Amino acid sequence: MMKRKLLALALSAMLFPVAGSALAQASKISGDVVKIAVLTDMSGVYADLGGKGSVVAAEMAIEDFKAQFKPKFKIDLVSADHQNKADVGSNKVREWYDTQGVDMVTDVLNSGVAIAVAKVTTEKNKIMINAGAASTRLTNEDCAPNNVVHYVYDTYALANGPVSVMIKQGKDTWFFLTADYAFGHSLEKDATAVVLANGGKVLGGVRHPLNASDFSSFLLQAQSSKAKVVALANAGGDTINSIKAANEFGLTKSQSVVGLLTTIIDIHAVGLQATQGMMFTEGFYWNLNKETRDWSRRFFDKHKRMPSMLHAGAYSAVTTYLKAVQATGTDDTATVMKKMHDTPINDAFAKGGRIREDGRMVHDMYLVEVKKPSESKEAWDYYNIKQVIPAEQAFQSMALSRCPAVAKK
Amino acid sequence: MTEIFGVPIQALFGQLMLGLVNGSFYAVLSLGLAVIFGMLNIINFAHGALYMAGAMLAWMGMEYLGIGYWWMLLLAPICVGLIGIAIERLMLQWLYKLDHLYGLLLTFGLALMIEGLFRDLYGVAGQPYSIPEEFAGAFNLGFMFLPKYRAWIVFASLSVCLLTWYMIEKTRLGAYLRAATENPQLTQAFGINVPLMVMLTYGFGVGLAGFAGVLAAPASQVGPLMGSNLIIVVFAVVVIGGMGSILGSVVTGLGLGIIEGMTKVFWPEASATVVFMIMAVVLMIRPAGLFGREK
Repeated sequence: MMKRKLLALALSAMLFPVAGSALAQASKISGDVVKIAVLTDMSGVYADLGGKGSVVAAEMAIEDFKAQFKPKFKIDLVSADHQNKADVGSNKVREWYDTQGVDMVTDVLNSGVAIAVAKVTTEKNKIMINAGAASTRLTNEDCAPNNVVHYVYDTYALANGPVSVMIKQGKDTWFFLTADYAFGHSLEKDATAVVLANGGKVLGGVRHPLNASDFSSFLLQAQSSKAKVVALANAGGDTINSIKAANEFGLTKSQSVVGLLTTIIDIHAVGLQATQGMMFTEGFYWNLNKETRDWSRRFFDKHKRMPSMLHAGAYSAVTTYLKAVQATGTDDTATVMKKMHDTPINDAFAKGGRIREDGRMVHDMYLVEVKKPSESKEAWDYYNIKQVIPAEQAFQSMALSRCPAVAKK
Repeated sequence: MTEIFGVPIQALFGQLMLGLVNGSFYAVLSLGLAVIFGMLNIINFAHGALYMAGAMLAWMGMEYLGIGYWWMLLLAPICVGLIGIAIERLMLQWLYKLDHLYGLLLTFGLALMIEGLFRDLYGVAGQPYSIPEEFAGAFNLGFMFLPKYRAWIVFASLSVCLLTWYMIEKTRLGAYLRAATENPQLTQAFGINVPLMVMLTYGFGVGLAGFAGVLAAPASQVGPLMGSNLIIVVFAVVVIGGMGSILGSVVTGLGLGIIEGMTKVFWPEASATVVFMIMAVVLMIRPAGLFGREK
């Protein structure tokens, strides 16, 4: 009997310090290092959209944060190429969480990869601030508001602006050219909903493999549909090649071509001659105001290219995260997430941005029109801002949310 | 309007035309591969990267030196050919006696390095290259709107293929080449410089890739990924046609371009895989390829 009591005492003595230290750990920073990871496409079709530029942006965010807040903790940055493969991405992230002590992962472009990484992040109770993937599934069917923030844009926000404006101009019949994976499907679905809601009609669509080498036959199908608008539900190199082929085949003379996810990187690559007059939604433009210009010029000096909205978003995401860690003094997921949800976001990327309960970060978006070559005064001077879409209208309203965690409340 | 499986016949003609255009690229590229494999026994994985280099050279000539399309159509393949000769002299020539695998690994590594270099220098979004003025505009064929440049692609590729075939099958030089492939020792004994011929063959083969690259430059975005997007399909074309068969690779290239074009109409999602499905079937029925001979 005595023996048993002694044993229990010894055991509890062994247990208590462990529990005690675990408690103490939760209230400060694990390993005294905040580790941020950039997971992106470094070598494929989207490498210019995110890629190295996102790493540069994250580095800038860390630099600026250190200069401003002089934090007591160390900040580490790691990055990896997911090659646009969901399995490669989720394995890398699992390794980061399990063995490298990564606290937050950002960029994560490519919706297929992002959905897989979101699952791992939730399972390991870490944080993913997605700046690159567009699928609205991340805040709807696959939402994980305790672990995932959807930061820059999504397929709803991208589709909403140009679609409603064009239908008002009488361009009410649509044909979709869609990248055949999660992102393209999501973009097509959201755009279709907006077309129908505004009284337009969808005449058809064609789905092409990611990274297709030739778009002419898909565009020929779009041409024979006689739709007034040909909407490109694809991105990166696919969008670029679609626009080029559309010009070559004379599509642009009789039909309007709308890139639903077009960025300044694409316009720069194709040139103003072939893209003038195109209208689409952007989350950021370097030449909006003094703050965006200053920040973008700094980015340009390091990366030799102006930032895409992903780059600016990655900068803002890392800053927002670090500020929350600084304010709460911990890298504990729940505490940091709560702080981020509670704090409005004001920086070069967003003014009055807010993270909603479904994980969606809402901020103003911009409906832009590509300038004529004659209007462009300097390199990268590409857009006329047609309209600022206020945060409340830019993103899908909470009333339409399909996120189970939010619906339960 | 007449329809086939719900697709207007006009649209079908259009797609046939486009299939022919893509098939032309397959034909020129797989021809280069077939020539190299036939003569050198090397599976040249660097082919796609050199095709891309051809396009990049065309763009660089225009951007930095102001050299137009027509000159680059001549100069870029020569430059690529010279790069090829350097590769052959410095590296490949040591591998002929070894297993195919070594040549494959070496050229694959080279491809990654060439691509990586351009990716690092210019990014992946690519550079715009405009269509030469002579070919601006399009023919209205009634059933479709065919850009003049695409028509030129078909004409230029087929001419080059025909010329190559003629040179190898009908000229004295071609006869030497074929002899050198069949029995290098014996050919050498007749006083023919076999290593020189092999070197020139490799240079010519990759020069063809460079030529296709320049042809492709105005039709698509000039970027570091354009080769790797295409090369796997081209390998499938060579396997289907029969490794080393010159006529086979041209005919299969065009044929598969057309089949792929048709797939884009009836089942677009499968258009990236249809070539490989055909490859699997062909390998089951004729392991040496459609035009290949069992050794």
